[in-house]
Amino acid sequence: MKDLFPDTADELEIGEIAYQDTMIDTVNAIIKKYDHNPTRLMDILIDTQSEFGYIPPPIVAQISRTLNISIVDIEQTLSFYHFFSAKPTGKYTIYLNNSVIANMMGREEVARTLEREAGCKFGDVSADGLIGLFSTSCIGMSDQEPAALINGKVFTRLTPFRVKEIIRDLKAGKRLDEAVVEGLGDGANAQPEIRSMVQNNIRKKGPILADGYKAGEALKKIVKMKPEDVIAEVKLSNIRGRGGAGFPTGMKWEICRNAPGEEKYIFCNADEGEPGTFKDRVILTEYPKMLMEGMAVAGYAVGAKKGILYVRYEYTYLQQHLESIIEGGRKKNYLGKNICGKEGFDFDIRIQFGAGAYVCGEESALIESAEGKRGEPRDRPPFPVESGYLEKPTIVNNVETLCSIVKIINHGAPWYRSMGTKESSGTKLLSISGDCKYPGVYEIEWGFSVNDVLEMVGASDVQAVQVGGPSGTLIGPNEFNRTLSYTDLSTGGSLIIFDKRRDLLKDVVMNFLNFFIDESCGSCSTCRNIPVFLRQKLEKILNARGVQKDIEEMLEWSKILKASRCGLGLTAANPVVTSIKNFRSLYDKKIQHGKDYDSNFDMLIAVKESCDAVGRVPQMS
Amino acid sequence: MERKKTIVATASLAGCFGCHMSLLDIDERILSLIDLVDFNKSPINDIKNFTEYCDIGIIEGSCCNSENVHALKEFRKNCRILISLGECAIMGGVPAMRNGIPIRECIEEAYMNSPSVKGHNPEMILPNDPELPMLLDRVYPCHEIVKIDYFLPGCPPRADLIYSALEALITGNEMKLPYEIVKYD
Repeated sequence: MKDLFPDTADELEIGEIAYQDTMIDTVNAIIKKYDHNPTRLMDILIDTQSEFGYIPPPIVAQISRTLNISIVDIEQTLSFYHFFSAKPTGKYTIYLNNSVIANMMGREEVARTLEREAGCKFGDVSADGLIGLFSTSCIGMSDQEPAALINGKVFTRLTPFRVKEIIRDLKAGKRLDEAVVEGLGDGANAQPEIRSMVQNNIRKKGPILADGYKAGEALKKIVKMKPEDVIAEVKLSNIRGRGGAGFPTGMKWEICRNAPGEEKYIFCNADEGEPGTFKDRVILTEYPKMLMEGMAVAGYAVGAKKGILYVRYEYTYLQQHLESIIEGGRKKNYLGKNICGKEGFDFDIRIQFGAGAYVCGEESALIESAEGKRGEPRDRPPFPVESGYLEKPTIVNNVETLCSIVKIINHGAPWYRSMGTKESSGTKLLSISGDCKYPGVYEIEWGFSVNDVLEMVGASDVQAVQVGGPSGTLIGPNEFNRTLSYTDLSTGGSLIIFDKRRDLLKDVVMNFLNFFIDESCGSCSTCRNIPVFLRQKLEKILNARGVQKDIEEMLEWSKILKASRCGLGLTAANPVVTSIKNFRSLYDKKIQHGKDYDSNFDMLIAVKESCDAVGRVPQMS
Repeated sequence: MERKKTIVATASLAGCFGCHMSLLDIDERILSLIDLVDFNKSPINDIKNFTEYCDIGIIEGSCCNSENVHALKEFRKNCRILISLGECAIMGGVPAMRNGIPIRECIEEAYMNSPSVKGHNPEMILPNDPELPMLLDRVYPCHEIVKIDYFLPGCPPRADLIYSALEALITGNEMKLPYEIVKYD
């Protein structure tokens, strides 16, 4: 791990700027922009980071003095998120995705080329301070990997050749937008407010993604209804949360509406961090109006006047686009005061960006983060619907859920229930990635089988499918007849396909374990430790040192994770557990048979470092 | 005919001897224990080397250097049943607090930088005599070096726990584990 907090000024490295008066003024201006509000610390740090490329201790001290909060409070937020740094990260900071899909699509070569061209290793900044290379978890581009963020701008489908071009351009002093030479993406990606090379890859449209959506239709309809009736309609539709957990949306709204207190909040969770998921990115790009209309509908139904759209840092390239949509909504009176002429129906939205943390997709961690703190999940109860943002009743809904609500209002609950299955009504957006001909976003009705999906996306020779991302299930061909639904294979929509070329244990399970280890907030000892132990065991097995008992212990230890506080810990062993369950033979092939114990201890390796330190030759006797 | 006594060996590796003290804490029951067991290699009787194959080996402490590893492997070779006794043997314990720090830094802190040595080691000599055990990169719990059959937790494990475990092993009866013995707060 990099040293985030250099102690003294003499540790200043090349590329660091001296703390000057101009910096003081800039930071003060940023703090002023957020009304000296400590709960807006995330925004203050994001702006500071993007202004200077890092947040050195003097600035932390200055923010602490100005906001009248302790330095430690700032440092703990600062150190929690991937995209904050107390040390310079280069004039151009490159974050290359290290998800399993990126690896499958050729990340390794791209990474080595980056190192060669930039002249520094990953985790470092080049000697001239121009380029910093870092790894990051899935950035939501799984259908166009390998992908990287350079100063927040997305570069997709990287190849060694392309990397050489980009680094050459940066070294030549070209601007980043000039470096996008391969053209712009489809749909709104090409608009001046986004100008990104990201592709939407919408492959199959259903009612949510259908053309012909007219903004404001749902709002005009609900202002003629009582809020209770809106909730009744949502309940009647049977819709459940689309983020993955599947909580009934109508019930959530009802509890929040009935919770005491005048001030309530609507959060839209656009933090999609589950590796392999990217459908929310497509909605944010193409259907942001629908999303915001959904938030306003929720506001009307539960009696909330403020909405917060929490968007992951990786999607900051959409910031201008989203802000102009909000502005447009205000002009049309779909946001603001007395919406659609309804006296007292006030609702407005602000965007809150994250700064790189998977766990912030968990609703209470997301709320903590929006309050400027570390994204650590809260203990429940109380649930956010009773005590959420700033301890006020808060709804947190997924992007897709809120869009579905708009369609439910427009077309009626019975229409919605006519799709899908009895327990799982409506449609689901799938993010398809991995080994198939047509990766992208598909909207299908619940109840399709995995086989149906594989056929649709042009996948052949399939060895396994990861349903629901790393926290989901790894299944093999004998389970491809299972259906996608809340009662069978429940999913937030990510399906990663692996064909027979892939080494499931080494490439997939190990990658997922590393992901969970990196992303654990560290609060529960179970989630902080067990995945590390599981990784040690898996390494041992991959090194041909494993025995039968190691597999049994992995399964036993995984059970302990059930004592964790949030979904991350609860599911962190799923890659191990489901791969042992469904691909036991892969493990059995690697372990030593006829042996009941192997320590995996190697004295020569264990004493090497200390012998080097004192200058002696290890003696094995 | 006199029943053959159970032969027990004990060792303290990277530990504080607290677990051995707890073993002595069984008070007068040590007399009835002596009727049941003979001690072979152990700090209690100061026998340095194994003189016969033992039934039970009790290990206190973790492995922090090559000597600990060697001793532990000797125990595994010479004992039918091996028990990890106490927090250090089972988890690494207090010695393992160094595990987050690179061993080079630990050595430099101990012999060059800490207040008690600063200025007293002008030639910056680091101990490297071949006679000295070599430090491991981290402190290992015993079961990561050899197979351990039983674990008796505690810091130190209560005398009652040690006694009832030995009694159960020797008599072959099931061990009594009342709640008070295994709760730790």
